[in-house]
Amino acid sequence: MNTLFGEKKAKAEKLVFKSVDEYPEAPITLGTTLLNFTGDWRTFMPVVDESKCIRCYICWKFCPEPAIYIKEDGHVAIDYDYCKGCGICANECPTKAITMVREEK
Amino acid sequence: MPKKVVSGNYAAAYAVKHARVEVVAAYPITPQTSIIEKIAEFIANGEVENLQYVPVESEHSAMAACIGASATGARTFTATSAQGLALMHEMLHWAAGARLPIVMVDVNRAMAPPWSVWDDQTDSLSQRDTGWLQFYAENNQEVYDGVLMAFKIAEHEKVNLPVMIVESAFILSHTYDVVDMPEQEEIDEFLPPRKPLYTLTDFENPFSVGALGTPADYYEFRYKIAKAMEEAKKVIKEVGKEYGERFGRDYSQMIELYRTDDAEIVFMGMGSLMGTVKEAVDILRSEGYKVGAAKVRWFRPFPREELYELAKNVEGIAVLDRNFSFGQEGILFNEAKGVLYNTDARPIMKNYIVGLGGRDLTVNDVKAIAKNMKEIIEKGKLDREIEWYHLKR
Repeated sequence: MNTLFGEKKAKAEKLVFKSVDEYPEAPITLGTTLLNFTGDWRTFMPVVDESKCIRCYICWKFCPEPAIYIKEDGHVAIDYDYCKGCGICANECPTKAITMVREEK
Repeated sequence: MPKKVVSGNYAAAYAVKHARVEVVAAYPITPQTSIIEKIAEFIANGEVENLQYVPVESEHSAMAACIGASATGARTFTATSAQGLALMHEMLHWAAGARLPIVMVDVNRAMAPPWSVWDDQTDSLSQRDTGWLQFYAENNQEVYDGVLMAFKIAEHEKVNLPVMIVESAFILSHTYDVVDMPEQEEIDEFLPPRKPLYTLTDFENPFSVGALGTPADYYEFRYKIAKAMEEAKKVIKEVGKEYGERFGRDYSQMIELYRTDDAEIVFMGMGSLMGTVKEAVDILRSEGYKVGAAKVRWFRPFPREELYELAKNVEGIAVLDRNFSFGQEGILFNEAKGVLYNTDARPIMKNYIVGLGGRDLTVNDVKAIAKNMKEIIEKGKLDREIEWYHLKR
């Protein structure tokens, strides 16, 4: 579970169908938002500078996915499997602790 | 078996009652209105148990409500006509894509403008690529039988696709005829409760319907629908045969052949106009013409194999289209001609555009068409491929 102070959320196995017969008859999926790894849509990735982070969690509140989780030590971290790189966190961060960096793929 | 004198629309409503439908969501539109009025009456009189009627504010919402209801596992029905069907278009794709066996009666009506409430097949044929099966009824009995069979076919484990039963505006919808309705117990045996492919009320295993399909997965789901359509051909024949064994009216042929055994000329068409054509065939036969009729019952899936067989032994096919695809030709003509292109049997085919917007096609018209076809066959050459038969020249 993605609680305020907790572990990164449980990750589902990505479903990979090798042949048409393996597909379900109807396009239904179990836990869609977990299964769709939307992180590969990203061009710019957010990077957190923990020395500037004041643990206000505004980024955590504003993240629309949510791709931000809070580590045991209270700092925030990004779950890159689901971060689409929208940049809202970097924009909202009052101390500019988050910067958007072009991602090398 | 009890017989009732009912209109085509009431035949559809009785079939909905007898099929033990659980949810009906519909919006009234002429000439469909009396179907849902009758269903509402059944509910008001307490004649049906466990049937929910959802009044909605448009046909788009009607189909959306049907999709939701069907996804919970309920047996679902709606009815519409022309502009209403066009308004549903987006949701029709959704119903087929999510593999929901919804059954709908479309009362064939011409598209506006000019505003018209009369018979024309262009509304339903415009929906041919949505993934719905389409059955064209010739008379009120076929409307009733069609709706009952539609649920069995749609809900078959190998199909799971929605079915549209199509009847003619006013010619069937508001005209009374004797309809033979089996006893409820016999229908219950024929049509057991639905076993859904999935149900949204499975709270132990939550899932989402209509989830994102990236380029990596979308393609396979389309193939699944195409395959289900092919399977549906077998299911249609099985169910049609079973219906015949139980209730005496056989629907095992996807194209109903009428006196085609030694026919040189075959009239091909769909829906109520084929009643007139059969009458004309009898008269023409008595005058020495070797003619027959081929009524295409199921337009989707298209009965390719049956058409190959028919075309082998005939010299000419006159395709009567009560519809038109602008910029091309009649839609049934287009499909039938396309099917025969890669076969050895290639009879002369001519497209007669008839009856648009409810104009009458009479027995004399069919006789004139037969004479024209005979001349063409004797010359071995078409005068023209597409003829607007009724045009005031």
